[in-house]
Amino acid sequence: MADSGVTDEPVSKEEIERAKSEGKELTKEEKQRLRKEKKHHKKNKEKKDDKASQESEKEKKPVSTDAPVSQPPSQPTTQKAPSPVPTPAPVPVPASEAAVAADKPAKSKAELKAERRARQEAERSSKQGKKGDVGQPAPTSKPKAPPSELQPVVKRLPEHIQADNPDVLRKLAKKLERQQIPLRSDYGYKVSLFSHLHQYSRKAPLTQLLSIPSTVIHPAIVRLGLQYSQGIVAGSNARSVALLHAFKQVIMDYTTPPKEELSRDLVNKLKPYISFLNQCRPLSASMGNAIKYIKKEISYISSQDKEKEAKTKLLNCIESYISDKIIIAAIAIAKYSIEKISEGDVILVYGCSSLVNHILCEAFEKGIKFHVIVVDSRPRLEGREALRRLVKKGISCTYVLISAVSYILPEVSKVFLGAHALLANGYVMSRVGTSQIALVAKAFNVPVLVCCETYKFCERVQTDSFVSNELDDPDDLIVTRKGKTQLEDWQQVKSLGLLNLVYDVTPPDFVDLVITELGMIPCTSVPVVLRVKNVDQ
Amino acid sequence: MMDEEELVEYFRAQLREDPDIASAVAAIRTLLEFLKRDKGETILGLRESLKWATACLTGVDSSVAVSSGGELFLRFITLTSLEHQDLSRCKKMMEERGELFLEKISMSRSKVAKLCHTFIKDGAKILTHSYSRVVLRVLEKAAAEKKRFSVYVTESQPDSAGRQMAEALRKLNVPVTVVLDAAVGYVLEKVDLVIIGAEGVVESGGIINKIGTYQMALCSKTHNKPFYVVAESFKFVRLYPLNQQDVPDKFKYKADTLKTVQNLSEEHPIIDYTPPSLITLLFTDLGVLTPSAVSDELIKLYL
Repeated sequence: MADSGVTDEPVSKEEIERAKSEGKELTKEEKQRLRKEKKHHKKNKEKKDDKASQESEKEKKPVSTDAPVSQPPSQPTTQKAPSPVPTPAPVPVPASEAAVAADKPAKSKAELKAERRARQEAERSSKQGKKGDVGQPAPTSKPKAPPSELQPVVKRLPEHIQADNPDVLRKLAKKLERQQIPLRSDYGYKVSLFSHLHQYSRKAPLTQLLSIPSTVIHPAIVRLGLQYSQGIVAGSNARSVALLHAFKQVIMDYTTPPKEELSRDLVNKLKPYISFLNQCRPLSASMGNAIKYIKKEISYISSQDKEKEAKTKLLNCIESYISDKIIIAAIAIAKYSIEKISEGDVILVYGCSSLVNHILCEAFEKGIKFHVIVVDSRPRLEGREALRRLVKKGISCTYVLISAVSYILPEVSKVFLGAHALLANGYVMSRVGTSQIALVAKAFNVPVLVCCETYKFCERVQTDSFVSNELDDPDDLIVTRKGKTQLEDWQQVKSLGLLNLVYDVTPPDFVDLVITELGMIPCTSVPVVLRVKNVDQ
Repeated sequence: MMDEEELVEYFRAQLREDPDIASAVAAIRTLLEFLKRDKGETILGLRESLKWATACLTGVDSSVAVSSGGELFLRFITLTSLEHQDLSRCKKMMEERGELFLEKISMSRSKVAKLCHTFIKDGAKILTHSYSRVVLRVLEKAAAEKKRFSVYVTESQPDSAGRQMAEALRKLNVPVTVVLDAAVGYVLEKVDLVIIGAEGVVESGGIINKIGTYQMALCSKTHNKPFYVVAESFKFVRLYPLNQQDVPDKFKYKADTLKTVQNLSEEHPIIDYTPPSLITLLFTDLGVLTPSAVSDELIKLYL
């Protein structure tokens, strides 16, 4: 510990400066850090891994000194000597870990401590060359993802939207290596505005890099990952249900290893699966919520329960989640929506939303006479699937492409849209093109109704479609007409970039009504519902 | 046990005795009386008969406030129904809660007036629409605070209720001018703020009020004049109209019209719907709310 004292001073000074200029938030984290350091001190004295931890300290030092060095330029204020704020005792390993761990003030202290301990143990044991069986927290639950050490100011940046940050990539590679999951590489030239997102090619699925049979990943999950990356399973409800079914399979085949607790071990087993699925295709908000629910349910399993009972309990939980949040919610939403559909209505729908299709089919069965206009867009052309389903029922439909939407809107009486997620500030995240339709509908004074189950409500906040999105395979935009394939050699042209966005974000001013299973609410009341749900749980 | 005639007679008597109370308050008093005289044996039966009584009352006065008041009353008293096993004790609890509810809402108009009168500055010119007792109360309070202001009232056809409002204001010594409904756009440039009452406040934060309100709201939005709505909380109703057509017919026409006339398309509706984007603030006994906060309050009241 003695030799680390010299290098510790500048580190702590930088951190205190940072703390002062960032206000009160960090002082609490500093206190946590101090407490942690004290505990760590005690642990180090008790255990015999002192040397090992010092080694890891030294390794971490170059990484963590990078961090504070980049801080001073961004913080021109206060270069004073450390104030009455207690100078932290020589900062051991937690120096870097604190920056990482301290960036999640939202989590409860107990959770933070447990994570920190787990991470410390993992890093210590991996540095010693043991096989780490405790992975880092899953990157997919966005509030949990640790940002890179270079950006402690930005507290909640998830990994998947920092594709142009080499440090994050390095960390991700290390983590995937530890979990024995292949890293998927980006494909093609990315448009500069979106260079922070990953762009994968469908021709190179992750499963090609896996050995068959895979020892680390359950075959149901491998199959699911392939279905996601090839677009066989698409649509947020379908993906969530497929995920939950795959997890059911995993739980059924799971056996607790000796001397391990089911509640902790199963969660750790799920982490590499989730990383794998994330590599195949970034998780959606609904999937994120489902995973959070499952992890919570698993953690509630007491060690008293026998394995068989615990497994049946979990399987029932998953079944009831699917049934309550998806199936019954759809029935409730259909009931409310049918009140809004009147005789002789002309309803405009966009793309293929399973919920909206269900509502229209139910309304038709009730005997209401209405006409549907299906709007479609390249390259996915999902509207054709919706058209097929509606026509099969016998509903009279019209099909247009999105470029004709301003032509057809004067005839429309209502617009029904599905949603991928509803954000906490009232913005609606949905398939790209939705915000365009909402904008034009607003200009024509046509009411826009969004139908969304509450399990898709997300605590994230977003005001634009750039920050967090998904880039699909750019080769999808290549089209062959009359024997000629334009854009075939797009990679040869240096100044050409193909952008295939998947989602966009619609502001609440364009949406008149959101129909959920709790009732009809205005777009601005989403945080109220989130609050009521949290109270219920 | 009150039958339909007695119910209606009691309701009308309430309205006659005190012409100043809101029709919803009279309806709730009637429902309370009905509850006291009810001889039912089960809680479920009680709920059903109360619902039936509310339906009867909406048959007399079709305003949104009566139906919303009735529903809120039902919610308020049935929150206790699961606590006691004994029916008579339960009924006593319900009656007490009913009295409490009535007391609370009788105070609501003065609470609203207290909140709103501070927004009327000295020398202000106010525009209002038709006859609203809440707006009258607000202006009374402002006058009592020794503020000087003048009022423009629209005539509000087809029943010329605006003239009644003008009379009442003259009694308070407030300078008042009656204008034609068609002159709203003309007069708005002289006006500083617009205050109107509401018959019902809907889930989106919009309001349902006498026909001509939507027009006034559109004009004030264009002129950038603040558009204030004063309403008591029992007028909050679980409707969500998307546009004018979406408002149910039972609110659009007077009760007698609904019963007698065959072809409603020949009748002119007496209310319209004003969307929340045109409203600046709502003054209620729950506080001063923005239109988006109305849904929040409704969720608290109803869920």
